Amino acid sequence: MRVNGAETSAELEPRVSLLDALREHLGVTGPKKGCDQGACGACTVLVDGRRVVSCLGLAVQYDGREVTTIEGVDHPVQRAFVRNDGLQCGYCTPGQICSAVGMLAEHAAGEPSAATERVTSRPTLTEAEIRERMSGNLCRCGAYNGIVAAIAEVAG
Amino acid sequence: MKDFAYVAAPDVATAVRAAADAPGARFLAGGTNLVDLMRQHVERPDTVVDISRLPLTSVEETKSGGLRIGALMRNSDLAAHPLVRTRYPMLTQALLAGASAQLRNMATVGGNLLQRTRCPYFYDRATPCHKREPGTGCAAVGGFNRSHAILGTSASCVATHPSDMCVALAALDAVVEVEDVRGTRRIPLADLHRLPGDTPHLETTLAPDELITSVELPAPAAAPSRYRKVRDRASFAFALVSVAAALEVTDGTVAAVRLALGGVAPKPWRAVEAERVLTGAPATEESFRAAADAELAPAVTLDGNEFKVELARRTIVATLRDLAREGSRA
Repeated sequence: MRVNGAETSAELEPRVSLLDALREHLGVTGPKKGCDQGACGACTVLVDGRRVVSCLGLAVQYDGREVTTIEGVDHPVQRAFVRNDGLQCGYCTPGQICSAVGMLAEHAAGEPSAATERVTSRPTLTEAEIRERMSGNLCRCGAYNGIVAAIAEVAG
Repeated sequence: MKDFAYVAAPDVATAVRAAADAPGARFLAGGTNLVDLMRQHVERPDTVVDISRLPLTSVEETKSGGLRIGALMRNSDLAAHPLVRTRYPMLTQALLAGASAQLRNMATVGGNLLQRTRCPYFYDRATPCHKREPGTGCAAVGGFNRSHAILGTSASCVATHPSDMCVALAALDAVVEVEDVRGTRRIPLADLHRLPGDTPHLETTLAPDELITSVELPAPAAAPSRYRKVRDRASFAFALVSVAAALEVTDGTVAAVRLALGGVAPKPWRAVEAERVLTGAPATEESFRAAADAELAPAVTLDGNEFKVELARRTIVATLRDLAREGSRA
């Protein structure tokens, strides 16, 4: 598995999740364990550029894949989060950022969302679109207004 | 999570052979449901057959004008596929109404078909559940049952099928193609899921070692269609009630209708009674109400979910009314 551009390897039991492999075996602690059941999004990483929750995949399934965590992200949305107060405690932020990077790529590819009026159209990233597309990332501090503003700023 | 033997299958033949050789084995695709259930010890397989690398990820046009969808296609890829968006917009809407973007990037079509109920007592091993452990009882009947089913239930189980995608597939008359070591067969979606009866642990008509390889959609109808979902939050929540509908109106009369319901039954619920009442009837609000009433007449409610009857009725009527308007503008 490549993690943030570097070839890595580990001998793991098949029951080890991708999240635990990253955090406990490879020392990559950016992805956070919130709910460990796919509901909070704090463990979001990019696999081959697509956002997934790393708690619900087994590490063995990602053998040979390219995994990017917050440690490997260099994207304008990071500074935009700081400028727009897109965080308070910061626990959900690595997942929010990875999710936002994946989401902007999905939107650039023309993918619709549940907020899209006609699914055959290429939607613009309105606030409603951003909120819907980021609904897999919870923020207990409630920094949602800042998060939406940060993403809107980068999306232009 | 209990330890298990892990088999990575490079092709379908290896996958079905491994499942046949290890009774009780589970196929693992996206993991969004199975890994969660294994972590809760609700699922405790001795063998896991990883099918996530099988080359069943394409959408092909069939000779009859429909589509054949590979079972390992991700929910997000299917939702965004140009042929699905243009020909089966109801399916794209249903897929996008489910889960979150991260989960849709992992979850597969086959896994979505086989996802287990979200009844909280099914997940909670400290409570009785006939589905999890046959013969132990049902904690939902006298418990927190706001999200539970009103149609097709039994004394043993009132859990709902949680999928949005399956509701659209039920309305679209999808056919599921499966394979095992003995060969292949085709199952109409309506016959894939079982009602609970007194065996709620048996959820489908598949043999334990049968693998879903693809889903076939018949040629699309020209009628306007829609998937409408009502839930507690605006996003990332299971349906209280959902409606998948397509309505063709000619000269003010319902020429053809497809209607399926989610969130109200233990399986994706094709509303055949409502369709029977509607077909040939005037396309009026009065007919829509009569159809909804006919479908919901056998509803059996619990303390917490009585509201679902009226909610389903209103959602059916509102969806059909919108489609009738859309059709008359076209």
